[in-house]
Amino acid sequence: MNCKPQELLIFTIARMLEGIEHVAVGVSSPIPGSAALLQRSLSGGTTQVTVLNSRNLQTLNDGAGELFDRAAQGRIGAFFLSGGQIDGKANINLVGIGDYPRHHVRWSGSFGSAMLYYLVPRVILFREEHTRRTLVDQVDFISAPGTSPPEIYRPGGPYALVTGRCVFMFDRAKARFVLTSIHPGHRLDEIRENTGFAFDLANNIIETPLPDDATLTLLRGPIAQEIADPYPAFAQ
Amino acid sequence: MPEISVKELANRIPDGAKVAIPPSRSGVALAATRALIGRKARNLHLVAIPTSGIQADMLIGAGCVAVMECAGVTLDEHGQAGRFVEAVKAGSITLRDSTCPALVSGLQAGEKGIPFMPMRGLIGSDLLKYRPDYRVIDNPMSDGPDPIVLLPAITPDIALFHAPLADRHGNVWIGTMRELMTMAHAARQTFVTVEEITDADLMWDELRAPATIPALYVTAIAQAPHGTWPLGLQGCHEPDNTELARYARASKNADDFASWIARTANGKNG
Repeated sequence: MNCKPQELLIFTIARMLEGIEHVAVGVSSPIPGSAALLQRSLSGGTTQVTVLNSRNLQTLNDGAGELFDRAAQGRIGAFFLSGGQIDGKANINLVGIGDYPRHHVRWSGSFGSAMLYYLVPRVILFREEHTRRTLVDQVDFISAPGTSPPEIYRPGGPYALVTGRCVFMFDRAKARFVLTSIHPGHRLDEIRENTGFAFDLANNIIETPLPDDATLTLLRGPIAQEIADPYPAFAQ
Repeated sequence: MPEISVKELANRIPDGAKVAIPPSRSGVALAATRALIGRKARNLHLVAIPTSGIQADMLIGAGCVAVMECAGVTLDEHGQAGRFVEAVKAGSITLRDSTCPALVSGLQAGEKGIPFMPMRGLIGSDLLKYRPDYRVIDNPMSDGPDPIVLLPAITPDIALFHAPLADRHGNVWIGTMRELMTMAHAARQTFVTVEEITDADLMWDELRAPATIPALYVTAIAQAPHGTWPLGLQGCHEPDNTELARYARASKNADDFASWIARTANGKNG
């Protein structure tokens, strides 16, 4: 079977969720959502998944605050964030480009990022568009910082950045991204050309592994059906 | 319980009121929103608990809003909220950007009648930089340094939302939309539009009562079938995605927006 680019991303993210007990997925995240469902399926159900705004995939029932309460208790193992801009220190910007508040480009807003990024141990940054427009040296507005000084209570933070071209892991001590795998069909020089921040190279950069046929069948069947509830347009 | 018309309900939300509104999945009172636009409401301070979408965008586009307090305004799968984006760029609304749990926590402080709620996160973000009303203190319960943010209580003048069912006493059944309960507890007045009004007493129904806002908190109710259209209502109506996509396109400029508002002024069956 031929693996589509989005299926590779879903598989790549799913592998980062191994061993996580509770994964939560926020708004506008169909690819991470599919990845969480794939991991749940591969884990035989030990990974629990909550997809916000979903009926079938909703495991919480105490209103808008419940997810955040669980995160504050340390009971959400993984979450996904993105950014209109993401910089080399893993700062994310969900607000806009230019001077605040009258940006010349304005996005939706920071949503839960300014809390979840601090408290969820494994935050996976996901941005399919990998260009100098999205991956910048320094964000124009910090919705949530990638790292914090030692006196700040921060059990959580960025774990990896998955893009349409490659995977970076985040080194929290150095506050720098490390390129660890390149998706099939992409090259290191192309990644450098399209990345606005400096990053380190892993000793052994691999080609991002493709899912096998059984995994693809699972993705195109039951997972696609489940993700259609919160994300009907994506499933189509 | 005063059962009033949607128009009367909108008339009782005064200009300048601080109005708490729910996220797009949780019973957005769009029939009442059309009535607010119809009566040319002005200078509203919207507090999204914690985000909004078409509702805030419609009110902003129609010139009803002075202050927008939110963690995000989005049309979700349909894209950017065009009137919101335009107003922010033009500086025609005062923006109070926040993060979802800060709005929920602030509202909980309002519910409890206490001045503030502490919350983890936010420190080092530009959100905090632009919110002088958010304060950082050193956690007094800690032995070592532990800075933590305090969020002022949010006490809305009005909570406005739509629910599936009310009874003749004014009790309102909200199902799993629990943020509506917090909104009603914290707000000084609560106006609710509903799909249906039943003759049964919801507080005497063991299955319904735990998810029912007692009439004590409810100022007035108006019946508005399909009152969230074109948004959906869990268990009642699917979202009208065709119309939401039309709105998303129309919201990109003022003229198309005005035409959309005029065309849909009477709601789903208009």
